[in-house]
Amino acid sequence: MKEFSYVITDELGIHARPAGLLVKEAAKFQADIKIKKGEKAADAKRIFGIMGLAAKKGDEIIMTADGADEAEAIAAIEEFLKANL
Amino acid sequence: MITLTGKSVFGGVEIGKIAFYKRNSQQIKRWHVDDTEAEVNRFELAKATAVGQLQGLHEKALKDVGEENAMIFEIHQMMLEDLDYLESILHIITNQEVNAEYAVATTADNFAAMFSAMDDAYMQGRAADVKDVSERILNILTGAGNAGFSTDEPAIIAADDLVPSETVQLDKEKVLGFATMYGSSNSHTAILARTMNIPAIIGLGEALKEEYDGAFAIIDGFDGKVYIDPDEETLEAMKKKQADDRAKKALLQELKGKENVTKSGQKINIYANIGNTSDVGSVLQNDAGGIGLFRSEFLYLENDTFPTEEQQFQVYKTVAENMAGKKVIIRTLDIGADKQADYFNLPHEENPALGYRAIRICLTQTDIFKTQLRALLRASAYGQIAIMFPMIISVGEVKRIKEIMEEVKAELRADGISYNENIETGIMIETPAAVMVSHELAKEVDFFSVGTNDLTQYTLAIDRQNPKLDDFYDPHHPAVLAMIKMAADNAHAEGKWIGICGELGADLELTETFLKMGIDELSVSPSMILPVRKKVREAE
Repeated sequence: MKEFSYVITDELGIHARPAGLLVKEAAKFQADIKIKKGEKAADAKRIFGIMGLAAKKGDEIIMTADGADEAEAIAAIEEFLKANL
Repeated sequence: MITLTGKSVFGGVEIGKIAFYKRNSQQIKRWHVDDTEAEVNRFELAKATAVGQLQGLHEKALKDVGEENAMIFEIHQMMLEDLDYLESILHIITNQEVNAEYAVATTADNFAAMFSAMDDAYMQGRAADVKDVSERILNILTGAGNAGFSTDEPAIIAADDLVPSETVQLDKEKVLGFATMYGSSNSHTAILARTMNIPAIIGLGEALKEEYDGAFAIIDGFDGKVYIDPDEETLEAMKKKQADDRAKKALLQELKGKENVTKSGQKINIYANIGNTSDVGSVLQNDAGGIGLFRSEFLYLENDTFPTEEQQFQVYKTVAENMAGKKVIIRTLDIGADKQADYFNLPHEENPALGYRAIRICLTQTDIFKTQLRALLRASAYGQIAIMFPMIISVGEVKRIKEIMEEVKAELRADGISYNENIETGIMIETPAAVMVSHELAKEVDFFSVGTNDLTQYTLAIDRQNPKLDDFYDPHHPAVLAMIKMAADNAHAEGKWIGICGELGADLELTETFLKMGIDELSVSPSMILPVRKKVREAE
């Protein structure tokens, strides 16, 4: 399993648009990808779950990927977060 | 006449009939089904139809309102295909042995409740999206027709609130403006109104009644008012307001894309001042030739700690890319005096305007400065970025800045990170000292930009925050104008260019004076770009 943490810098946090884009990105991979904020965790391929985390600017999220293509998945997600959030 | 007051989300005045948006309110009944598998299939079919509809709406929205705003329909598709949402529906159908309509409506209520319970206005607003997508499936399942409004002539659309799929399906030719009972300035109605440039008022509340359907009305998006059955006086006043607004918009529209050139052929650049990435839209809308002053302070003021290199880099890069090759002059940190951030831990000063601020902080706490320079240089690979330093008083400061720049460049080269080796650097001329040594300073930099607010304050020794001094304050004081002329002459003697980015730059009474001085660039707030262009084009 691969993981990394990221602090959100986007003013609006994970609102609908980036949540949608994140789902699209995560869906490209076989690996099981999770997004965690504090106690709460969500499947990065499920938009309601991601939005339900209500991650805002300054919040730390932890991304994990588990599966055959976990290395590629985590690299792509990290790139995505830096560019969009 | 009845006057309704709400919150304006976009200006403009329109006069016409009200068309109340009617939707099918459905009573969803619960009933028992024996063949849950068939019911699941019925749902799957309806969902597939809904996804197809959303794809169609997405394509339509791409044409009407652009990619950014059209994304909502892609998000709606994801919501419909969200596994949590689907599992909930299938679970209800299978376990409770009930009809698909009931399962969808119940799931929609649950998910909407989750959003409504969140402590964030934006997320609470997303409950409307859940209802919107669920309503779509319900309409397909029950065979209910499409909701809408009926009008032959353009009308002011009134509604409790409009969801995205409703606004995008409206025939734009028939919409004069929007008036809604609820909604927020983040709502899609507000976004659409801004895109379409039509007046919109939200939050009119219960006072906006369905019985006004068909009534003659005026919507005044400037004051957030709707007048139902207006009296003669109001109608006349509003017609005048509308005409004035239209004349202004038409004139400005006419000036878009035109050169900033005087009758005798003298050209000047008109750039925009911005204080945040969100201002870039209005910069482009108003046809600025570039950004003449990008105040980087917001990065520091909106943060609880020093902004990271990466955070800054993303902001500078975004602006440079959005300006697509046009010049973007970014001013380095100008904190201190009236702009304070707690984490800087700046001590209290008796005389902050003459104190530890701007470049003085940067040249003392060089780690802060280097982080910013590194971010700026990295971003310079993505567009036409120039760097400008504030509060300069001596040649020695500029030399020190250049040394630090070279150190940062060497680090970048060692790390194999690309940047624009020929990046333009300039300084603010905002102290009398800088003016007096401008002949020397001009040898060291690529350009000057006059910060007239501080230059005036320091030249006249007048604190602009003190209202008692208003009688003594003369914004056109000959001493200030002489300072600007001296700096301009010294810049030109060294073959360098000079701009003005303070308030005086947008002062239309001085435009001709600045043209005569040979000022090369005026940087003004986005809304002043076209008025200044007009003034330049009228000058001899």
